[in-house]
Amino acid sequence: MISISNISKTFGQIAALSNITLEIPAKQIFGFIGPDGAGKTTLFRLITTLMVPDSGAILVNGFDTVKEYRRIRMFTGYMPGRFSLYMDLTVEENLNFYATIFGTTLEKNYHLIKSVYSHIEPFRKRLAGKLSGGMKQKLALSCALIHNPEILVLDEPTTGVDAVSRKEFWELLHELKQKGMTIVVSTPYMDEAAKCDTIALVHKGRLLETDKPGKITGSFKEHLFAVSGENQFRLINDLRNYQPGVSAYLFGQAIHLSFNTKPDINHLKMHLAKSGHGDVKVEPIMPSVEDCFISSMTSSGNH
Amino acid sequence: MQTILFILQKEFLQIFRNKTMLPIIVLVPFIQLIILVNAATLEMKRINMEVVDNDMSSSSRKLVDRFRASPFFSITRTTFSIKEAEKDLLEGRTGFVLHIMPGFEEKLGKESKASVQLLVDAVNGMTASLTNAYAQSVISDYNSDMVKARGGNAFISIMPKTIDIESSYWYNPQLNFKYYMVPGILVILVSMIGAFLTALNIVREKETGTIEQINVTPIRKYHFIIGKLIPFWIIALFELAFGLFLGRILFGMPVVGSLGLLFLFASVYLLVVLGLGLLLSTMAQSQQQVMFLSFFFLITFILMSGIFTPAESMPAWGQKANLLNPFAYFMRVIRMILLKGSGFKDIAGDLISITIFAAITLGMAIWRYRKAA
Repeated sequence: MISISNISKTFGQIAALSNITLEIPAKQIFGFIGPDGAGKTTLFRLITTLMVPDSGAILVNGFDTVKEYRRIRMFTGYMPGRFSLYMDLTVEENLNFYATIFGTTLEKNYHLIKSVYSHIEPFRKRLAGKLSGGMKQKLALSCALIHNPEILVLDEPTTGVDAVSRKEFWELLHELKQKGMTIVVSTPYMDEAAKCDTIALVHKGRLLETDKPGKITGSFKEHLFAVSGENQFRLINDLRNYQPGVSAYLFGQAIHLSFNTKPDINHLKMHLAKSGHGDVKVEPIMPSVEDCFISSMTSSGNH
Repeated sequence: MQTILFILQKEFLQIFRNKTMLPIIVLVPFIQLIILVNAATLEMKRINMEVVDNDMSSSSRKLVDRFRASPFFSITRTTFSIKEAEKDLLEGRTGFVLHIMPGFEEKLGKESKASVQLLVDAVNGMTASLTNAYAQSVISDYNSDMVKARGGNAFISIMPKTIDIESSYWYNPQLNFKYYMVPGILVILVSMIGAFLTALNIVREKETGTIEQINVTPIRKYHFIIGKLIPFWIIALFELAFGLFLGRILFGMPVVGSLGLLFLFASVYLLVVLGLGLLLSTMAQSQQQVMFLSFFFLITFILMSGIFTPAESMPAWGQKANLLNPFAYFMRVIRMILLKGSGFKDIAGDLISITIFAAITLGMAIWRYRKAA
């Protein structure tokens, strides 16, 4: 369990984290969702004792990250966002090095990493620098797991990894969770949020919301529609000017339109037809985490 | 302790896997010794000179013959026009012009005193003063011969007695410049390996982000520092041995003093250099920055160390500043031990200074490293 209380950290003039208070429960996958620059990496560096907060305290399994950092390092595995293993060592040499540093060996802890490592084992004699993105990520995860950590911290592990490897990676995380590991993960991909047990939405160093993904989407109060048609740019502007209490934003191929109050869709369609939008489709949809994110981002006035 | 061993194992694996590292370790001393020792000599031979003899007498010709016979000069052109000679001097075709004016012999005969003009290209001050000194000695030889030839001429009244100076050069009897250069080059080599490669290696971990992964492990900072410094300490000492061996084979470098003493001093000296490398690495974020930083420090230290120009000829403030230059200590001590055979007592003072130096540099480096990382 990780308890974060009133954590702030600034870099020069920029507040990377302002007054974050949060409990990360044990034995589940806890996801931090937010765009680049939200402060996810800073928070992770604070949790993994790489940095000292300006104010506040973090207790990891009851140990203080500032005073008892050495204890924490024994049972924490960290996978930084950027590949940080030795490119000029082979897969096997990297693993052996990190194993010995923690006072164990690859042979002894092979069973711990088998599910991950078996994917890259055929390439164990290859230099880490010569691996593909997905293989690098699996090697990094193997190295982070080699000392059987109780807490695993993964900073954007799936950024820059192909869709198949991403799916595999999340399956691996769920396997690890089954074994009783606490997994803290961050991602800029909203679709990965649904795979976490609990998520925290962060934006510009502030915590917007923390809850189960289902609850977050369930608590979405607005009425949401997907609108698609020709000339999206003009369409989005006309939708925004349709009536007060409406927000419209581009979401993939479609425009997501949300209303504070229950709208009259026929009236909207007629309005659009009058404005010269011919073939426009308007369909009610279920909110996704991203919709919730945008909604709470705008309502917190942090646009 | 075991942790340090694992780090060392990893470091050596990386160092020997690095494709540029082995050539640096083996080829650099070889090339530096061959090129620098042979090229960076202060002896000057065959200086290009031009002669403008407007007298064309037997006396003037004798003087020119003196120059012709000297190994230091080579007459590339004789002309009657001083204008042409000056033009050659200006355009760099010659470094030195001897101008004998008309009436040289006549004046010498009548007044027992004649003058010649020496024009020296002084763009390089060191070359100019050496050229001048060599030319003076040729002319003064000519002078004394003239005096002897004329017997009791009035010339003698100018130099009533001559004192013959017989020099004998101790510790380097043949004044072999190479014996002076080899130890100098070795100092540079060892220091470069120590400071530069250490700094580069540590900064590389920062640049590639691997330090991040190291920092979340139980590896302590002193483990990491020791693990980083020991490989280059060993490699630098190996370089010294290898360089000495090459110097012996290639130039017959004498080793008068005790090698054990030399390596004792070198091993302490290297702590200073490694500390410097660690200090540099804390000041830089990328390998590029560390290159520029080390370049600045190394050039300053090397040029002040007395490798080419004797440290004793520096101005007083420079000599004081040199007390802070670790290179100067090793430069002095390695020459003392190799050429002079100085013993422990002779270098004890320097050894104490360099030990204090090592403690301060390493202390500062570690303190800064702990704060920075």
